Amino acid sequence: MTRQRWPGKRDTGGRVAPPRAVVSGGLPGSPPRTDTALLRTSGLVKVYRADGVAVQALRGVDFELAAGEFVAVMGPSGSGKSTLLHVLGGLEPATSGEIWLRGQRVDRLSTAGWAVLRRRQVGFVFQFFNLLSNMTVADNVELPALLAGATPRQARKRREELLAELGIADKAGMAPSRLSGGEQQRVALARALANEPSLLLADEPTGNLDSSNTRDVLRLLRRAHAGGQAILMVTHDARVASLADRVINLFDGMVADDAKILPRPRGANGVADVLELRG
Amino acid sequence: MRQPLLALLAKEPAHGYELKLALEQIFGQAYPSPNIGQIYVTLKRLEQDGLVRSQDVEQTTRPNKRVYELTPAGREALRSWADEPSEGPRVRDEFFIKLVLAPMSGLADRMELMNKQRRHYFGIMRSLTQMQADSDPADTPGRLLIEGAILHLQADLDWLERCQEELV
Repeated sequence: MTRQRWPGKRDTGGRVAPPRAVVSGGLPGSPPRTDTALLRTSGLVKVYRADGVAVQALRGVDFELAAGEFVAVMGPSGSGKSTLLHVLGGLEPATSGEIWLRGQRVDRLSTAGWAVLRRRQVGFVFQFFNLLSNMTVADNVELPALLAGATPRQARKRREELLAELGIADKAGMAPSRLSGGEQQRVALARALANEPSLLLADEPTGNLDSSNTRDVLRLLRRAHAGGQAILMVTHDARVASLADRVINLFDGMVADDAKILPRPRGANGVADVLELRG
Repeated sequence: MRQPLLALLAKEPAHGYELKLALEQIFGQAYPSPNIGQIYVTLKRLEQDGLVRSQDVEQTTRPNKRVYELTPAGREALRSWADEPSEGPRVRDEFFIKLVLAPMSGLADRMELMNKQRRHYFGIMRSLTQMQADSDPADTPGRLLIEGAILHLQADLDWLERCQEELV
């Protein structure tokens, strides 16, 4: 199978690798450690306080995400999955710990600093789409590019490419509310990818979709990943998670497991030996 | 294997190899190709039980082939099979027994057992979703079979999560 490229990627052969950042703190005289991770967290803690009661949603989360990697985050409800994604996207501040994105420490950014970072580096897809209802589909997708400083012409070109790729070019002039759930999620995906973010954060992107729309959104995520898009996705759906390179299992605010998915070796019957009919 | 062979023979008499081909054709690429030896053994047993009968058909250029047909008793057995609801899915109990008992003996840690099992399930899930993506849209039984396997596996994973919540 040939690797399909996501539209709008640079013509020089896919995504440009992020610069390797030098992390200080190595021993004097030893070569500096290079940080090749796209995203890295260390000791990430999030405590919610309500009525004087502290609830620890994250209790020291450490993990890394490489450029171009697709990682699924799973775990029972209340394990901290969504909190993790929100903290990583700067939607909520971490209580303590560090977040590094492309070698830059971002957990101490101001709200405005996060807004700039999200515009350029981080795309977000939510379970309930969160499209702007008073704007057309086209405007929803063009807005992030315009906010990031693209010319109206560039923004329009990118929007046309994305909507065509996602099979919803004919919906450009419509209000989001006139679209089906699956179509709205495709618009949300187009919006998230409009600025070619280094990282796509997806929070239960198929949680509100029926199985045929789920398949469509998965096909698009798979294609974006094949085009070099790094994705961190929270899901409770194992089918969805099985597309990822790696699954992180959160339990009680901590990483209980973090492992690559190894497909079953193909036996004599191909993968058909997974299935067994009795009768 | 017994009932599928009876069901195929209810349509028309056939020899062993034709039955193998028919199963492959009907259930599509997702179906594990049935073993021809197993088909012959099953046919022989069905004949001993009086559910099918056979006769040799002479062939000019090849050895004779044995053609099987359904008996009235076979048709009756098939009818009661079709009438009965099928057995529900059984819990995958081997892992559960391991999960409950192994930590007691100090052999293994529960969290480790569950992580190992989950990784294994994800490997299977990946193979199944890949099969699903590659499947021929015209092969409806094959697609449904894959989807069934995916849904069962999803339930196994959900159950594993419940075990994790209660046992760790």
